[in-house]
Amino acid sequence: MTALWTLSLLLSASLLGCLAVTSPDGSPLPHNLPPSLGTNSSDGSLSVDLPMALRVFSMDYHHVQAPFEIVLWIMLASLAKLGFHWSGRVPAVVPESCVLIMVGLLVGGVIYGVRHSAPPTLSADAFFLFLLPPIVLDAGYFLPGRLFFENLGTILWYAVLGTLWNVLGIGLSLYGVCLLAQSSLGDVSLLHCLLFGSLIAAVDPVAVLSVFQEMQVNEQLHILVFGESLLNDAVTVVLYKLFESFLRLPSVSGLDVLLGGCRVVVVGIGGLCVGLFFGLLAALTSRFTSRAQVIAPLFVFLYSYLSYLTSEMLHLSGIMAIVTCAATMKQYVEANVSERSKTSIQYFLKMWSSVSETLIFTFLGVSTIQDIHMWSWPFVCSTLLLCLIWRATGVLLLTAFVNKLRRNAVTFRDQFIIAYGGLRGAICFSLVFLIDDFPKKRLFITTTIVVILFTVFVQGMTIKPLVELLYVKRKKRALPTLSEEIHSRLIDHLVAGIEDVVGYWGQHYWKDKFEQFNKKYLRRFLIRNDRQASSSILRVYQELERREQRGVEEEAPPIVDPRSQGRSLLPEEMESIRRILSRNLQNFNNKQTPAYSRHTLHQDTSVDRTRKPLYRHQSLGERYSYNTITHFQGEDGGLSEPQRVRTGLSRSHTVCSISPRSTLLDSSDSAGPAQTRSMDPKAAREDLVSPKHQETVERAARKHLSFVLENEKQQ
Amino acid sequence: MGSSSSSRNKIPNAQELMRQTGFSSAHLLRLHDRFESLDRDNRGYLSPDDFEALGGLAMNPIGGRIIEAFFSSGIPWTFPPLSGFWLISVQLTETETKKEHSKSSPAAGPGSSNLYDLDRDGKISREELLQVLRAMLGLQVTEEQLQSIAERAIQEADLDKDDAISFDEFKKSLEKMDIDTKMSVSFLK
Repeated sequence: MTALWTLSLLLSASLLGCLAVTSPDGSPLPHNLPPSLGTNSSDGSLSVDLPMALRVFSMDYHHVQAPFEIVLWIMLASLAKLGFHWSGRVPAVVPESCVLIMVGLLVGGVIYGVRHSAPPTLSADAFFLFLLPPIVLDAGYFLPGRLFFENLGTILWYAVLGTLWNVLGIGLSLYGVCLLAQSSLGDVSLLHCLLFGSLIAAVDPVAVLSVFQEMQVNEQLHILVFGESLLNDAVTVVLYKLFESFLRLPSVSGLDVLLGGCRVVVVGIGGLCVGLFFGLLAALTSRFTSRAQVIAPLFVFLYSYLSYLTSEMLHLSGIMAIVTCAATMKQYVEANVSERSKTSIQYFLKMWSSVSETLIFTFLGVSTIQDIHMWSWPFVCSTLLLCLIWRATGVLLLTAFVNKLRRNAVTFRDQFIIAYGGLRGAICFSLVFLIDDFPKKRLFITTTIVVILFTVFVQGMTIKPLVELLYVKRKKRALPTLSEEIHSRLIDHLVAGIEDVVGYWGQHYWKDKFEQFNKKYLRRFLIRNDRQASSSILRVYQELERREQRGVEEEAPPIVDPRSQGRSLLPEEMESIRRILSRNLQNFNNKQTPAYSRHTLHQDTSVDRTRKPLYRHQSLGERYSYNTITHFQGEDGGLSEPQRVRTGLSRSHTVCSISPRSTLLDSSDSAGPAQTRSMDPKAAREDLVSPKHQETVERAARKHLSFVLENEKQQ
Repeated sequence: MGSSSSSRNKIPNAQELMRQTGFSSAHLLRLHDRFESLDRDNRGYLSPDDFEALGGLAMNPIGGRIIEAFFSSGIPWTFPPLSGFWLISVQLTETETKKEHSKSSPAAGPGSSNLYDLDRDGKISREELLQVLRAMLGLQVTEEQLQSIAERAIQEADLDKDDAISFDEFKKSLEKMDIDTKMSVSFLK
């Protein structure tokens, strides 16, 4: 662990070396001097001084300077991240973003010390065009759709009205402060204050994500804060540009304000439409990728990025576009592409967003070391205070309203976390650099940096203990049991039915309508040979089955006990099973990590698909034969429940055991119909009572296990 | 408003109903309007075919069960019972949400388990579960898959291994579920 820190410091030293070697403005001196007698004017290239001879060894840094430095920065940030995770107790206390900022500060300080000039800063263009999209794309792709739409009203309420409240509040109060401190702050006009308010008030999705995902609060809370941070981009962008253009205009009229309001709507909805358009296009394209599967993931990224760039070009909300694009294309793309492509997509998304986030925070730290700071106690302190106060009051007021309309109220604890979790981040930072120059711009920059550092460090570090202290409801970890899933679906249908009877077009009604539309038109058009939509019950069931096959010890509810009918496994059989399991099956942690975790991808089952399921649980085998029997016995006119006839188990289960596919169901699918017919004559016999039953079962068990034992011999 | 008070007079025993069900007069009015629109031949009471005319309910997988559940008592549905219908729905909600107050076992009330338990023997047998699953999953899954799912669900919940889910087991299996968040319908004022 210390080795990693040393390594990263070494790297930063090398980075400095490179930077020191280059000329301060970074522009390479002309290369086109002929390789004359040993003299060279470009620094950094050595040569053997031989007249009219070839250079045996030369170094040409300028040729690779730009990519080299970029890679070094990324390497440095990633090594710091690695070191962070290896460093014992630190991750539990300090969120990753803080550590990265500190590393950035360190490196920035060192660079400053060496070169006595400001280190490279994060340019706004680089941030908005290259660093922000991957993070937002990742967030949009893994957005929990259902939860998001259920809470959409509340999220919009917070995003639009909350941001407006904050902007106006902070702007006006700051202006009041400036009026009070006439001496030092007299030349900050109202519009400047409003502009500043607009950029400092917005909650930042990057910061929120990085802190909240380590916290594991309940999903509703997470989606509220996170959704708000995504959607307030529309409002922020508009207000910022609005105030900026007001600053340039000679005068502002009421009409302009009204137009500004219209612009919010246009920006938001425009971004949405752009995203939808590209999302559907991506879905359509993915339909045809079956012959070139390797590039299928590329389309996801290309289309999303294109949607972002297009909406930035049209001055619409890029964040909304990319989120919509990702959320739209997800279900169709995942149905169209192969398993490996799906995993690649998810993995690359995580990787890129991780790199982006790391870079952003590191650069935040580096850029703090500037020589253009201007400090003013009243301004900075009042900004900090006002941000906190206005956010708290905003959340309180808005929640009071929204709770009347919501089904499940947002509790006070949740409200506190929402207010406290309003972190500012790199978006504010970039926006403040983009302001037109005016005397107090440096003050704004300094203040923004202070606010960002304060929210990320103080609020970011303390929010986790607060969440535990206040007993905020945490996220459920386990996969829901099948009963829960079934009942949950039943309740959905029930409530939809009730809404129907009462004639109320509620949420369920619209959801149903959308699902029907989706099934009828969209899926048929966008998905290649639409395999059946898997209902959530089926998915949960399959997931539970898969887990069972892979790992025996689970924290899941006690499920699938061997049938308590007096049949137990012989000790040597248990041993061989155990040995096979420990040798063959992956020993992986069964905790279901949330999909939007920065560090890990939810362990996808795709890796295991190619494995043969070696171990079929006893009762699964039985269940299978029971299934096939009852299937045709249903045709016979039904049979009473308790009589379970188990015959022909051997054939059925050997088929399913060897199949390379991992789900029981697929194999049973193909084998089922064939089996039933052949078993017809056998099972019609009524004298298959207990003794034979027992014998058959034992025979079955032994056969089953003999297969297992055989397999072991092969290893 | 003048109109509302006159239309309130259409509803017999309005005050008493309001007290019984806890609805506001606006709600009652709305329900009454709905009642009148459902009761097409103006019989003054509702019957199952009135409900079946509702398109959405026909497409709802458990639509039939809902209708059955509410007509099981056989009382003709004049308006007070319709508000009683709503009351039952509310009861379904409330019994599920009573979890919050009691904080002990979740009161997954008789309401929703009645939707499974058609023969009213107090247990959800495998066949009943299969029927519900078949209705909900429909054509998406094969028969074997349905059987497996039902099997598994019963195994998860069935603690006394009698191969049927009794009411207590039902409650227990839903302990961890956030029923109150799901089981509520907000009514526009």
